[in-house]
Amino acid sequence: MSTDRHTETFQEDPRHRQCSREALMGLGLGIVNLLWWLGWGYGLGSGPVSEYTYVYGFPLWFFMSCIVGALLFTLLAVVMVKFFFADTPLGDLKETPEGEEAQPWA
Amino acid sequence: MGVKVDVLVPLIWYFLIIYVIGFYSLRYVSQARSREGKGFLVEFLTGDRNLGGFVLAMTLVATYLSAGSFIGGPGAAYTHGLAWVFLAMSQMPTGYFTLAVVGKKLAIISRKINAVTITDLLKERYESKLVVVLCSIAIIFFFTAAMTAQWIGAARLLEGAVGVPYLTALRFFAISVLIYTTIGGFRAVALTDALQGVVMTLGTAAVILAAVAAGGGVESLVQSLAAIDPGLISPYGPNPGFTTMAWVTSFWILVGFGVVGMPQVATRAMSYRDTGSLKRGIIFGTVVSMVLLLGMHLLGVFGRVLTPGIASGDLVVPTVITQLFPNWVAGLILAGPLAAVMSTVDSQLLLAVGAIVNDLYANLINPAIKRTAAFAFACTLAIGLVIYFWALNPPDLMVWLNLYAHAGIIATFLWPLILGIYWKEANAPGALASIVTGVGTYIWFNTDWIWPYGWARPFGLHVIVLPLVISLAAFVIVSRLTRKPSPEIIAKFWGI
Repeated sequence: MSTDRHTETFQEDPRHRQCSREALMGLGLGIVNLLWWLGWGYGLGSGPVSEYTYVYGFPLWFFMSCIVGALLFTLLAVVMVKFFFADTPLGDLKETPEGEEAQPWA
Repeated sequence: MGVKVDVLVPLIWYFLIIYVIGFYSLRYVSQARSREGKGFLVEFLTGDRNLGGFVLAMTLVATYLSAGSFIGGPGAAYTHGLAWVFLAMSQMPTGYFTLAVVGKKLAIISRKINAVTITDLLKERYESKLVVVLCSIAIIFFFTAAMTAQWIGAARLLEGAVGVPYLTALRFFAISVLIYTTIGGFRAVALTDALQGVVMTLGTAAVILAAVAAGGGVESLVQSLAAIDPGLISPYGPNPGFTTMAWVTSFWILVGFGVVGMPQVATRAMSYRDTGSLKRGIIFGTVVSMVLLLGMHLLGVFGRVLTPGIASGDLVVPTVITQLFPNWVAGLILAGPLAAVMSTVDSQLLLAVGAIVNDLYANLINPAIKRTAAFAFACTLAIGLVIYFWALNPPDLMVWLNLYAHAGIIATFLWPLILGIYWKEANAPGALASIVTGVGTYIWFNTDWIWPYGWARPFGLHVIVLPLVISLAAFVIVSRLTRKPSPEIIAKFWGI
């Protein structure tokens, strides 16, 4: 790799901003998922077992925390990916031909 | 105990398909064999960065959910009830979290710098031989130990289900994994993982539905559990002192968020084709994680009612399966756990080979490496032989290393990787401080059974949590106090 390339003025790869945004979204979804799991699980499950209520045979704490939680966050992951993740080329930007339409990842 | 032929036949078919995949991938590997230097390794270790979304999801999920979720996990659920299913759901976010956080960034950077392993990337980022050596050693030792434990598990599973002697089962398993990994490389590993992921998912769905039907519905199963011990349907489990809230919640760090630092994940993030594959990978991965995690662990819990009095929790999955299904179907479904073990082992094997051939040899000793292919094959076989002999007679060191393998790998790689790609000020002394303090305190805290200075559950949390906090702090402080990375490194990683 030639070294003069690095000594030119530094220009940040525009894709990194989108990467950081997507990483923060993933982290955020993960933390909300944790809170949902924690809140329903220990919030409802901490009482005496004799006072549990049941949905479809499962204790309500388990149903909300684990079953509804799993379905809900799978759905949210799909929404996140479909609507908020950008399509970007992954290779070297210098190799992509000039004059393509506006760069949506920038 | 005689050999159960009708269980064996579907398994043999299954192994035949795996061989076919190996030979299919061999075509690509052969074409790449004439490439010199790293050209060959791009095919052998990343499948020429050409994975589609479905295969990406399956190979990722199959790799990290595997053995624990299929044998140990249901076994623990058998003992601890719904509390363990609850704990296992902390793994739920891995399906979207790992790829969202490092997926795209690693794909872009690894193409820029031509990295094929996580150590490659760390080498370019920190320009420190010590970092490379420490990382490679961590991979070789921890993964070889983990693989040995997995091979033993797989052989026991075959022994129990099919009735062949342990030694025969071990040889059969060892030869199969070695052959398809050696000849097919990452492409074979990813494709067999995809097949294994499908087998696992369908098998899990079938088994859990059959188990619920056999138990007379969820309600009667749950009430029978409560009758055995009310703790089995509480999030605190039957031993509230063991499955405490702080400890269970810290599994979100160990098997949920922390997984993002594992080399297997990094390899896969370097190997997919385009952002479409990434998106589909996240969606498939999350759905499959959900089915497998819920299904297998609930099966373990319900097994407590369906097949009470099992001596070892590890046997609950094979026992329930052989009890609920005719033998030939049992064979098909048992391929699931076996697939889980194989898909974990093959990627670990490839990583260990990558650590030796690429990270240590090509990067440090002889960058002008020729005949890379032959060297990679020889290494795969050599590691395979070591594991085989360890599995015959596990040495204490292996048992000890395996105990710490998963968390040890996370303690080594998590911060050097994440800070390396997201924080421009991260530098080599910081990364070294992080690895040394992370692995060091992790192992030290784990010594509570040898001498009084260990700390099994710092602040009630799982033992991995505090070392990760300490190593993050060490990384940031040391990086701040020492020289910033050179502008060349910044330009290489962040520039156009």
